[in-house]
Amino acid sequence: MLLAVQSTPLDFLPIALMFVVALGFVVIMLFLTHQLGPKKKSKVKLETFECGIEVQGNARLPFSIKYFLVAILFVLFDVEVIFMYPWAVNFKQLGLIGFVEMLTFVGFLLVGFYYILKKGALKWE
Amino acid sequence: MTLDFLIYKIILVLIVFSITLLVATYSTYAERKIAAFLQDRIGPDRAGPFGILQPLADAVKMFMKEEIIPNVSNKALFVLGPGICMLTACMTGVIIPWGKTINIGGTDYPLQIADVNIGILYLFGVLSLGVYGIMIGGWASNNKYSLLGAIRASSQMISYEVAMGISIIALVMTTGTLSTAEIAAQQHGWHWNVLIQPLGCLIFIICAFAETNRAPFDLPECETELVGGYHTEYSSMKLGLFLFSEYINMFISSAVIATFYFGGYNMPLIGRWVHDPNALAILGIVFLFMKIVGFIFFFMWVRWTLPRFRYDQLMNLGWKILIPLSILNLVLTGAWMMRHEIMVYFVK
Amino acid sequence: MITTYLFYLLSFLAIMFALMVVFSKNPIHSVLYLVLAFFTIAGHYVLLNAQFLAAVHIIVYAGAIMVLFLFVIMLLNLNKETEPHKSVWLKASAAVASGSLLVVLVGSLKGAAGIQSAKTFDASIGLIENLGQTLFNDFLLPFEVSSILLLSAMVGAVMLGKKSIK
Repeated sequence: MLLAVQSTPLDFLPIALMFVVALGFVVIMLFLTHQLGPKKKSKVKLETFECGIEVQGNARLPFSIKYFLVAILFVLFDVEVIFMYPWAVNFKQLGLIGFVEMLTFVGFLLVGFYYILKKGALKWE
Repeated sequence: MTLDFLIYKIILVLIVFSITLLVATYSTYAERKIAAFLQDRIGPDRAGPFGILQPLADAVKMFMKEEIIPNVSNKALFVLGPGICMLTACMTGVIIPWGKTINIGGTDYPLQIADVNIGILYLFGVLSLGVYGIMIGGWASNNKYSLLGAIRASSQMISYEVAMGISIIALVMTTGTLSTAEIAAQQHGWHWNVLIQPLGCLIFIICAFAETNRAPFDLPECETELVGGYHTEYSSMKLGLFLFSEYINMFISSAVIATFYFGGYNMPLIGRWVHDPNALAILGIVFLFMKIVGFIFFFMWVRWTLPRFRYDQLMNLGWKILIPLSILNLVLTGAWMMRHEIMVYFVK
Repeated sequence: MITTYLFYLLSFLAIMFALMVVFSKNPIHSVLYLVLAFFTIAGHYVLLNAQFLAAVHIIVYAGAIMVLFLFVIMLLNLNKETEPHKSVWLKASAAVASGSLLVVLVGSLKGAAGIQSAKTFDASIGLIENLGQTLFNDFLLPFEVSSILLLSAMVGAVMLGKKSIK
């Protein structure tokens, strides 16, 4: 049983047009700014900024694992949210059963969320 | 697909693109004027009457500045960063319904570039790609401040994306569609979604502030800690593209908030006096832009009123307050919409 | 007609970007080429009118998982040329493993040659409304099981992260 929804790949053609226009604009801007403007390079000028002192090493440094954990949790939550879209669109058709189904799903999500909070994975100091 | 269709779409794309650029350019001017107004100053007033030509002067300055690419940076990625930022900022405007259809010579022309069936998802897709420009730019600079700024910015953006997604799901439940044109059309008269989804609207607006890196969520570029944040090393128009994309994002966010929650191009009672569909469509564009300008002003007002968050406060707000709140909103919306079914179940 | 040309263009780009992923020396470049490859695949989904899948592909793969990859690569210390020297045995086993995967893929493609003719294909099956109906009526159990899978992934991520936090 398929719903009578009309949508074709042709709907996406204008997006491609916009992409071409925006890409052209960005390329022209970057090219122009490269051509215009003075070009007086010196060694000191091309160094990176470090509040006036000499640069210590470079910025290829490892950073806190917290950010990494946030990124992993984001991926998981993002997938959960994606699952909700087909449900939300059909919310009225699916009725009470659908609502209970999603409550179960959200319940599991909340259990995981509670675990994350309990373990202090999102604690920043 | 006919040639007419293609030409009409190309014209529409060019118009929307230039209006986006124009509004973003003048947002910079508006920001400085509003900041001056709120701080009891005058603001820019030298270039032209009331300083109205200031954005032009800024643009010329940006072009004429020397382009500096640090010698320890990753050159290709350094140029790519601002380009991606600008590109993703421009791509979101295509799904905004700027007005109803305009009838020219017996043919209806919708004032929306692409009415795709999955408009909201497209918006989220482009939004999630916005992280790349900042991350690549910050990392390629090979500067510690840039790196920290980029990591902060991307963590912040991905954290608030979750809450934003869940708050939008509650909206999709009530509208039953992902098409932005449909959502705007449903809000005729007083049927604005903000009246149905006040909590969801609030969460969405807060997340929009965080996604656009605007104050009070502008930690990625907080000058007291991180010099210039992820664009510390950038100069000339590459810096300009970063700043410019922020203003474009603000404009598009305002348009999205207006379309999703505040009726889009609709205005109550206007149908009583105006009956010509073309006039109505043009008035609709005017109303939408009035709402957008209102929200841009709100964005700026907040920026010059509230102090910046601390990073742990920001993360706690995103994960521990907004996500549970948006889930609560989702469940409440579902329970309210299913109230008859639930009642029947218990009565029986 | 145009779709055929677009299909070949997208396929060519997808294969080219995939090769660039393998051949780039810089891991960050590899990640970016992979993102581009994902875009071309999303383009394929759009051509098949599977719009929801195209959007999901961009949001989840390009917008979430690749961001995680970028984080990981930035987290690594790229100062040293830490490309570890791989032994001959490792290379040989990698060749055997990927070779057998290739054989499996070719075999399954040959088997799938005549499964579905284009005539019985309904173009609106990939739209989100139909997808939701199918997912929440016919495939309910896999959907709920997937939430348990995500829960276990959350627990795993927290366990891995916690070791270094404390």
